Amino acid sequence: MTRTTWLMGAVAAAGLMAASLQPAAAQDHRGGIMRLLSQSAGGSLDPKINYTLQYWTMYQYVYDGLVTFKHAAGSEGFTIVPDLAEEMPTPQDGGKTYVFKIRKGIKFADGRELTVKDVVASFQRIFKVSTPTAGSFYNGIVGADACLKTPATCTLDGGVVADEAANTVTIHLVAPDAEFFDKLAVPHGVILPADTPAKDMGSTPIVGTGAYMFAAYDPNKQLKAVRNPYFKEWSKDAQPDGYPDEVHYDFGLTQEAQITAIENGQADWTLDQPPPDRLAEIGSKYKSQVHINTLTAMWYAPMNVNIPPFNNIKARQAVNFAIDRNATVKLFGGKVLAQPACQVLPPGFPGYEPYCPYTKNPGTKWTAPDLAKARELVKESGTAGQKVTIIVQDLTVDRSIGTYLQSVLKAIGYDASVKALSQNIQFTYIQNTNNKVQISVSQWYQDYPAASDFLNVLLGCGTFHPGSDNSPNIAGFCDKDIQAKMDAALALGVTDPAAANKQWAVIDKLTTDQSPVAVLFTPKYIDFLSKRVKNYVFNAQYYWQHTASWIQ
Amino acid sequence: MTDLPVTTEVGQGAAAQERPALGPWARALRKLVADRAAMGALGLFVLIVLACLAAPLYATYVANTDPFTSNIDGTTMVDGQSVALIEPSTEGLGLGSVPLGPTWDIRNYFLGADAQGRDVASRLLYGGRNSLLIAGTSTILCLVLAALTGLIAGFFGGMIDIVISRLLDVLWAFPIYLLAISLSIVLITKGFDIGPISITSGSLELPIFIIGIVYVPYVARPIRGQVLALKESEFVLAAIGLGVPSYRILFRDILPNVMTTLIVFVPLMVAINMLTESALSFLSIGVQPPDASWGTIIQDGQDLIYTRPMVAIAPGIAIVLSVLALNILGDGVRDALDPRAKLRFR
Repeated sequence: MTRTTWLMGAVAAAGLMAASLQPAAAQDHRGGIMRLLSQSAGGSLDPKINYTLQYWTMYQYVYDGLVTFKHAAGSEGFTIVPDLAEEMPTPQDGGKTYVFKIRKGIKFADGRELTVKDVVASFQRIFKVSTPTAGSFYNGIVGADACLKTPATCTLDGGVVADEAANTVTIHLVAPDAEFFDKLAVPHGVILPADTPAKDMGSTPIVGTGAYMFAAYDPNKQLKAVRNPYFKEWSKDAQPDGYPDEVHYDFGLTQEAQITAIENGQADWTLDQPPPDRLAEIGSKYKSQVHINTLTAMWYAPMNVNIPPFNNIKARQAVNFAIDRNATVKLFGGKVLAQPACQVLPPGFPGYEPYCPYTKNPGTKWTAPDLAKARELVKESGTAGQKVTIIVQDLTVDRSIGTYLQSVLKAIGYDASVKALSQNIQFTYIQNTNNKVQISVSQWYQDYPAASDFLNVLLGCGTFHPGSDNSPNIAGFCDKDIQAKMDAALALGVTDPAAANKQWAVIDKLTTDQSPVAVLFTPKYIDFLSKRVKNYVFNAQYYWQHTASWIQ
Repeated sequence: MTDLPVTTEVGQGAAAQERPALGPWARALRKLVADRAAMGALGLFVLIVLACLAAPLYATYVANTDPFTSNIDGTTMVDGQSVALIEPSTEGLGLGSVPLGPTWDIRNYFLGADAQGRDVASRLLYGGRNSLLIAGTSTILCLVLAALTGLIAGFFGGMIDIVISRLLDVLWAFPIYLLAISLSIVLITKGFDIGPISITSGSLELPIFIIGIVYVPYVARPIRGQVLALKESEFVLAAIGLGVPSYRILFRDILPNVMTTLIVFVPLMVAINMLTESALSFLSIGVQPPDASWGTIIQDGQDLIYTRPMVAIAPGIAIVLSVLALNILGDGVRDALDPRAKLRFR
């Protein structure tokens, strides 16, 4: 044996040893109870109903769709991978038909095997239970129109077709949709047993095919997930096995008490962001337990473009010029936790190109407010002295930002006041045009990584529903020319996503110029973990992956 | 030595014979003035009221600050050095920021700054104005409504009494805070607009109206009981027998006799209403920002309790002192006006 071959042999042996040790080491970490905290529960546990990040994160290890977002760290989490489908289907019929071959041998947590009938029933159930995104994400499926009109008798006839012999499900769309896979990958598209009742199941757990199953749910106390006894890993990317044996999500503690519990090792994580007076403490004494990640989200102030004073573009632009983004960042927790912004698309998002016209020295970056310019615009608009009410959520940061905005509006000549509403009603209240909300403070977090999820959802004509509590276009902004460009970009995305993203960048600038909203900052998210939590994985789509971490 | 008390007694008796007899109100006032605890409490409360009334003077001429405008990037001089009103953390990961703490300099952020960089001392005084205004006005509203309902129900009896009493029972059956919070949540978005009464949302009239309403049964029921007893008294029966109109009997004969009860309620209700206002404001359903009340300042301070506890403690102390003073004063007023209470406690 030459020296070289010995070395090679030694390296190979070490490699083999490492490979054989790796699963054993992972096996050692299995077990224990992961203890999560939140001040309040996230509402209905039904994955076709719930529309909160709080439970969407948990659904990742309880339910599966035909496709899903990759369970991976960072922006790789935006990648869509096959889940219950064997592979990503090739679009047919010019992007209007998709044939999904369903994996065999996958069982629900009650032991029944997944069939194509479950897939068809799950798509019908989207309409039967009036999933919040039924009309926006799934309305492009053939037969969806009839389902939206009469949900109880929904069949999606000709839209979702099962072939039991071939074990395939074919989905036909009315028109090509560049974001179809994104829409299938979100939890509203998960597959449930065909006999799941066609009503909101509320607190009753529904079985899924994931590595875990919900065992009990009391919205006033706890949500408990345990291992799915029938689970066998079929794809590490789509549905990896988890480390903890159980996940307990406890509700009811205040933010302060939650932080103290984590510091004391009585809990492992909290959904709620730490209160401002605890930030310095956890950032210094517990800094090894803190993880900070930039979100694809924005805090913004929608201005109602249909009522005074913000039906005047100069008044809206004045607000944008007057806001000191650094001040709002400070109120949110400082530069480490947020980044000033003044355009709709967040950094790193498809179609993002840095742009900021509302600053001293306009260009690509916000530097300072321009109060003189703002006052001049208010004067030109003839709206000075008008009464303006800012509607905010009754939460620490929201209230602070509302109070700050009131000062800004006062400084540029408005008679401004702030009204803080309970977080349970504020979001629907500001959407409903009957409430005549002039300006509010809100946040938007992506559903999936596509520019349209910000621009078309928040500022498109199709999402403005006067008189409805469900009108995400809070500003009521509907510009026919810009909408035509959005429609064109959506169509272009089917064949040429890169070109479409360039088009979205243009649309981002056009809407920012129209100033229907005042974007304040891009937030970051703090994960404050207990000392025992290891193997932290942050997924850009669904944030911290609870079951990818171990606790022993 | 044994002669002295006799002499004094004779002397007092002689003096009493020379002076005209004191009326019931003068006797009560004399008793109240003689009550040192009550007078001390009154003095403290008057001091608090005066300090709060002087809020604009303090903010403008002493502290030179605008307590309603955010000053997040502002600075001030402390010990000859310029310091930021909101200081970003530089330790560890640099998370969060901390407002300026108390300087104990009456002219410059005496109690420090809040999370918006505003002077806490000035806001405390302005907040006191709103708290006292709401507590005082809602007390008047409550007592007027309670007196009217109690008088009418007790005097007319029959169906009128049944309807009014059951309505009061229904109102009183709700837990007070739950009722106040429910009303606030409903009214805070839309305001209140029925017939000639119109209250805009976000105005101070709204908490005044809500607080004034929810405590009406608390006062009205004892008033009604008293009227029921007075109705059977000889002077009322005589008036009825002489054909005196009901409204005259109510307001000329019965009302003066229940007035002492209403007066006893005044300081107690002001104290209770002040606490209720603070609770509602603390829950963001009372005074709306940037206006302040002691409740809203405590709410602001709640988020700074670990780093700048003074923001919450200062209004807390103000509430405690005011309520304590009003309760002691209330006891004194009751002792002075209610002979049964005197017998009970002495």
